[in-house]
Amino acid sequence: MTTAVNTASIGIERSPGLWSLAWKRLLRDKIAIVSMVIVATFLLLALASAVGLVAGGWNSEIAKNYAPPTWFKGSAAQEDLSKSNKSAASGPSLDTGLSRPEFVNDRDPLRETITELKQQLGQSTSSGADEIKIVDPLADVIVELKKKLGRTGDGDANEVEAEKLSSLAFGADKWGRSVFDKVVQGSETSITVGFAAALVATLIGTLLGALAGYYGGKTDDFLNWFYSIFNSIPYILLVLAIAAVLNKKGILTVVLILGLTGWASIFRVVRAEYMKHKARDYVRAANAIGASHTRRMFVHIFPNISHVILVQLSLYVVIFIKSEVILSYLGFGVGVDTVSWGSMLNEAQNELILGYWWQLGAATLFMAILVTAFSLFTDSLRDALDPKLK
Amino acid sequence: MTTPLLSVKNLRVSFRIDRSNTFDALKGVSFDVMPNQTVALVGESGSGKSVTSLAVLGLLPKENAKVSSDSRIDFDGKNLLALSRQQIRELRGDKISMIFQEPMSSLNPVFTVGYQIKEVLKEHKNLTGAAADKRAVELLKEVGIPSAEERVNYFPHQMSGGQQQRVMIAMAIACEPKLLIADEPTTALDVTIQKQILDLIAEIQKKHGMSVLFITHDLAVVGDIADRVVVMRNGEIKEQGTTKEVFSAPKDDYTKALLSCRPAVDSRPKRLPVIEDFMAGRAEAMRREQRARGVSDADPVVLEVKGLCKDFYSREGLFGKKTFHAAKDVSFKLRKGKTLGLVGESGSGKTTVGLTVMRLHDATKGEAWFDGKNIFAMTEKEFLPYKKRIQIVFQNPYASLNPRFTVGQILMEPMIIHGIGKGGEDRSKMAFELLSKVGLPEMSFYKYPHEFSGGQRQRIAIARCLTMKPDILICDESVSALDVSVQAQVLNLLQDLQDEFGLSYIFISHDLAVVKYMSDEVMVMSNGEVVEHENSDVLYAAPKHDYTKKLLDSIPKGLGAM
Repeated sequence: MTTAVNTASIGIERSPGLWSLAWKRLLRDKIAIVSMVIVATFLLLALASAVGLVAGGWNSEIAKNYAPPTWFKGSAAQEDLSKSNKSAASGPSLDTGLSRPEFVNDRDPLRETITELKQQLGQSTSSGADEIKIVDPLADVIVELKKKLGRTGDGDANEVEAEKLSSLAFGADKWGRSVFDKVVQGSETSITVGFAAALVATLIGTLLGALAGYYGGKTDDFLNWFYSIFNSIPYILLVLAIAAVLNKKGILTVVLILGLTGWASIFRVVRAEYMKHKARDYVRAANAIGASHTRRMFVHIFPNISHVILVQLSLYVVIFIKSEVILSYLGFGVGVDTVSWGSMLNEAQNELILGYWWQLGAATLFMAILVTAFSLFTDSLRDALDPKLK
Repeated sequence: MTTPLLSVKNLRVSFRIDRSNTFDALKGVSFDVMPNQTVALVGESGSGKSVTSLAVLGLLPKENAKVSSDSRIDFDGKNLLALSRQQIRELRGDKISMIFQEPMSSLNPVFTVGYQIKEVLKEHKNLTGAAADKRAVELLKEVGIPSAEERVNYFPHQMSGGQQQRVMIAMAIACEPKLLIADEPTTALDVTIQKQILDLIAEIQKKHGMSVLFITHDLAVVGDIADRVVVMRNGEIKEQGTTKEVFSAPKDDYTKALLSCRPAVDSRPKRLPVIEDFMAGRAEAMRREQRARGVSDADPVVLEVKGLCKDFYSREGLFGKKTFHAAKDVSFKLRKGKTLGLVGESGSGKTTVGLTVMRLHDATKGEAWFDGKNIFAMTEKEFLPYKKRIQIVFQNPYASLNPRFTVGQILMEPMIIHGIGKGGEDRSKMAFELLSKVGLPEMSFYKYPHEFSGGQRQRIAIARCLTMKPDILICDESVSALDVSVQAQVLNLLQDLQDEFGLSYIFISHDLAVVKYMSDEVMVMSNGEVVEHENSDVLYAAPKHDYTKKLLDSIPKGLGAM
């Protein structure tokens, strides 16, 4: 008796659905696991940065201008420290590792004059605070402002200056901001933009593609015409036009630009899938039992092609992360108050000639790791969802 | 005693499913093919007949197929299993060649048929230029392709299915092989074409003195062509012997079941005996109990179709369009609790009629009176309450169920759409009842369609129709894709449901024997027109129209041919 009851209760256990089978296949793929871990780390990092746990103070100037990465500075750090203390305003010398070209030194013709001036002022005035006042007449205002914002403690500008670090894990930028914090903050921006824009593009492309593929005929003709017109405009021109219309810099603008211009490829894919599936017997059977068009489109066909959409979506994330970088690099991206990998690259363009490569290095490294991991994840995802294709 | 051309000894093949599990596809199969002999390998899907032919050709997937070390396949004095890939490739196409099931997908669509034949000649006979051209035309003539000089430059899509299969045969015999393996060569073809191809294979076999290994699921086909029959099931040989022995005095229960679970044209038992009935020994009694069929004018009419026409349009040139008349002026009355059989070859318009009646196609012209109303004149909205009363079971059970739905969802969806049942609990109770009615275990409710076999899936599709308690059920080739024993089970199920609920069927099939078994009256269609419409017993006994006669002549007779 009991065994019969047992088998009955076991029998009612649900069969694994196609999604859980795909998930199992994904977990069997080593590359998928590694790339998922990397992507998850990035997502956590972006999340932590969004709530302010990490890199909340990316905008504060905690180090000396262009402070090099700690490991790069190496044993010669002490030497540099004294040198850079002498000439704080003109940036650290780069005798270690990359030797700074001589002409760069010569570019600052006022350097010696300033040093002289400083020496003279140092003789005439005794307090260090006065020195700062002469160099920067707004120093008091800034200190006050900073106090209000609660950014720095009650120490005065002199102390702040003294606390500035000569090296950071990933180095510092022009204003002495931590490159690591910037790159983490940049990840947040890039990942937000990448995912949001991918969602927008997928939504538009899927909806239009479903309509075109399912209804066919005039609807299809019209949407294809619309798509062709859209595709015939050069990409950058289109981006410029939309940017001009929106007329506001920021994350939302970038998301809209990318989403509105990028739906074309998923439109083609979804349209083709719907054309293929609408003639399938199971859709005809749904028609026979009286299911409405909407029901056939989204309850019956959609789950059957959702794996295609999912793969396309994750391809989009990769593409849009890269596009955001390009847009920000070109200056159509996020504003100056936000940092993104693209704006970091833009800044790095000017720094590179001076030999300050770490901003470029950090942004490139993070982007390359995320994009590569996400692409590999996309490949594994496709294999897991459609094992026949492999 | 001559030595056999092909001798398969104790062939064991197992496939690796995953790391720990293997599946034994062949469990020690032994048979011989003598020179100049046709041997038929018969079995249902999963019996291992195709694995056997792949093993002979050395086409088993090397990664996961394992052939037992004591197995031998001797061909012409050589053990094929011991040869290298290169050596086997030289044999293939030259000494051993093969014809596949689907001619359309086996021929390369971007090359002319002549080119493809010449490719074989160049590869194995080193024949090129004018000599190869000449030989290609000769081969096409030999397989009975009219005006072969012209057709040699045709592309595969310019030829019909039967002609494509002839081209395949021409390619297969191009090098005058000693052994021809034909894997279900006629399954995809219409019954009249099937007969022509079978005749052609028999003729070529005699002329060239080849041996033929003929693989099929249809015992009836075998009777016409084979010298010996090997019956396989689940990787084992159940019975082998001369065709006459196997057909007239089958020893194994499975062979007996296979022979009689296919409906015959001359008898109509109340229920078709299935394999279990043979195992239980009650088949003989079942066969004696006959069912009477036919309609009279007194039977009430459920559906009356008048002058149904359906045209399809295809674009021609820039502005023109070409009209194709798929159904021309079709009229019939469907009577309550009776079955109307629709037969015809592919392209005859029988499926079009079925789909148009339930408005899956819009009719070009005509009326369909159902329940006192013309359903063709209704709007989509007005038709919705009638939609559930006319239902359809499609041909391919693998395609007609949404793979992302569980069986429970599949069964409950129509109830939700039409507001049948009071809520989830009520509906699932009804679904459970229907599952047991169509003979499926209750736990199927939670499973997905891919976990079921073809026959079980067709039961699910039938259960889905029954949720709406239809008056009319259209069966569009509903049993054609199933194995014969499963086919018998599904036919029995349909019969039981008709007896219980008084359903009216429109039974569409190209299989005349099945239509004879199921139908009270039969409508024969050709090129969109009804050529004959008669009570089924009358029609099969005394066909009037030439086309009907031709169709009936082409039915494989099985033992009748002996």
